[in-house]
Amino acid sequence: MFQILNDYSSQLFEGFQITLLSSLIALVFSLILGVLLAIFQISGKKSLAIIANIYVEFFRNIPLLVVAMFFYVVVPLYGLPLSGFVSGTLGLILYTAAFIADTVRTGILAVPNGQMEAARSTGLTFIEAMRHVVLPQAFKIVIPPLGNQFISLIKNSSILALVAGFDLMYQGDIIASETFNVFDTYLLIGLIYLVLTLPMSYLMRYLEKRWATN
Amino acid sequence: MRKLSKIGLCFFSWTILALLTACGEKGLGEDDILAYVQNTSRITWGVKADTPLFGVLDIETRQIQGFEIDLAKAITEEILGEEGVAEFVEVSSKTRVPLLKNGNIDAILATMTITEPRREIVDFSDVYFEAGQSLLVHKDSGITSIEDLDENSVVMTAKGSSSVANIRAIIPNITVLELENFSESFIALKAGQGDAVTTDNSVLYGLASQDSDYIVLDETFTNEPYGIAVNKGQENFVEAINEALETLQANGVYDELYDKWIGSIMSNNR
Amino acid sequence: MEHFIDAYTWINIRFLLAGLLVTLQVSVLAIIFSFIIGGILGIIRYVKIPVLSSVIGFLIDVIRNLPLILIIFFTYFGLPNIGIRFNIFWSAVAAMTVFQSAMLAEVIRGGIVAVPKGQMEAARSTGLTYIQAMRLIILPQALKKMIPAIVAQFISLVKDTSLATVIVLPDLTYSARIIYSQDSNAVLPMFFMMTLLYFLICFCLSRLSISLDHRLS
Repeated sequence: MFQILNDYSSQLFEGFQITLLSSLIALVFSLILGVLLAIFQISGKKSLAIIANIYVEFFRNIPLLVVAMFFYVVVPLYGLPLSGFVSGTLGLILYTAAFIADTVRTGILAVPNGQMEAARSTGLTFIEAMRHVVLPQAFKIVIPPLGNQFISLIKNSSILALVAGFDLMYQGDIIASETFNVFDTYLLIGLIYLVLTLPMSYLMRYLEKRWATN
Repeated sequence: MRKLSKIGLCFFSWTILALLTACGEKGLGEDDILAYVQNTSRITWGVKADTPLFGVLDIETRQIQGFEIDLAKAITEEILGEEGVAEFVEVSSKTRVPLLKNGNIDAILATMTITEPRREIVDFSDVYFEAGQSLLVHKDSGITSIEDLDENSVVMTAKGSSSVANIRAIIPNITVLELENFSESFIALKAGQGDAVTTDNSVLYGLASQDSDYIVLDETFTNEPYGIAVNKGQENFVEAINEALETLQANGVYDELYDKWIGSIMSNNR
Repeated sequence: MEHFIDAYTWINIRFLLAGLLVTLQVSVLAIIFSFIIGGILGIIRYVKIPVLSSVIGFLIDVIRNLPLILIIFFTYFGLPNIGIRFNIFWSAVAAMTVFQSAMLAEVIRGGIVAVPKGQMEAARSTGLTYIQAMRLIILPQALKKMIPAIVAQFISLVKDTSLATVIVLPDLTYSARIIYSQDSNAVLPMFFMMTLLYFLICFCLSRLSISLDHRLS
């Protein structure tokens, strides 16, 4: 196994970088989109809420693979070609946003109602109240589940392997084909993924405990 | 409540039955395969199911059909006689060797090129087909030869194919996208993900036969002799296969199958 | 546009439905097994048996943090190296079961933890043993609260079966791909149908969970 690490270290590192890059980009954009959707859902404006609800219901109920393949196969067929990395990351963003919307929404709703009223009564607009009072509190409730979403993103980014996205899993496939050693290669790949995800998961658990009694 | 427990019992026993058929039915390929297939009267072949001409899944009959399928059946009959059954497991370039080594299949008959690195892992039969690596391009792409590609080009192929190393040997820094199998590569080409699909011309002709907008270049830039791959240490099985191949060549069955599937589509001959 | 409908021949539809059947078969089996195993693991984790709970806890953490594609691929191609061999169908079931059991173990443990402590004390004070109290009072309550989370995992399971395409499981995704790889006019129609079918199944499951939730509380 260490032989493989030695011989293929540059490919593995490349794959590692791509996985991390894709996950980070997806995290940032799905967060933005997810928060937007959540705000639409609780804004009280019916039309916005409906759009957001349809989006969330749709993406929560279809496989990530289908979304990624849509961007890699269907979109290019009728429009412009999207690379494996782009298709996979786009898929990750749209897909994860739906889940983040839910998490953020429950987070916002968990903040006691009084907060919003109190904030409004001091003259803040809805948006200002959100920004300065409600959202910060919601965020503390929401960070651990979001950390878990990031871990999910790292795992889900392995979808890039199926659309030639050059991520860690893809490199694993290539290496396994060249060395004819499936067992060691995937064991190594698994360990590298764990290096990314396991510490983060323990961190989230710790944070969860620390912020729980609030 | 009685009806529910009856259903539960049926389900449970079905699960157990299915589970019994699930676990591997034979050893890990270290046993004598020839003796094994003769005992069970069955050879399990790893074949392609996405490569027209050689092995492609027919949607209607849900059977895999192609030159290699028929060849496998013919070889099975030679080795095991009329009662011998040829079973087929779909493989891709990426999965065929692991499946052979694991004992899931007895032999690989899946457009597999004989190469030195592979010789270290598996044993090959005699050559049963001569192909050459080439390019599949859109008919309007303007690409007429490998010379038209350079470092900035993008080619698609499948994971595990010998085509990857070959094209890199010719154009060192070319971008190669390795998809799960060749039909995926073709889909990627149609989606504009690259300039060409590269692999054996035999496979490419099969892909091109499905879509008249795409053509295979006449020139080949490598030799790709196909062989049937068998696990190491199974010399008598390889011998049996080679004998079968010789017989089929001699009695004209091979030529029949060749003409039926490949015929005039490819200009070379074995 | 006519091309779109053309793709929906009876032959193609039948092939797709055959794939859908496999998706459902793998999902149902994996759901059942992972619920049982996940439940047992969750309870073991809750009860805090000295060495066992920690070891299992660690294993669960490892599995939960690995990509499912890796687990699926490893189950079919890697395990035979150490003597365990499943065919494609059962590799898919096994891999999904392993993954979901780990997920469910945490969900179930969380559910049991959420039951108010007073319940156990009250149960014990009426003379029930620990085990009886768990069986008759704690677990049922825990289960009721966990229904949405458990069904969410099931929905995720159904969707994740699409990943078994890496070991050539002839499921819905695979079937759609075969069809459109042989006919590029069929790409959009197949995508549409595939998406629709997945959506219908998962959406119905999520509605089911909501109604179950209402009925039980």
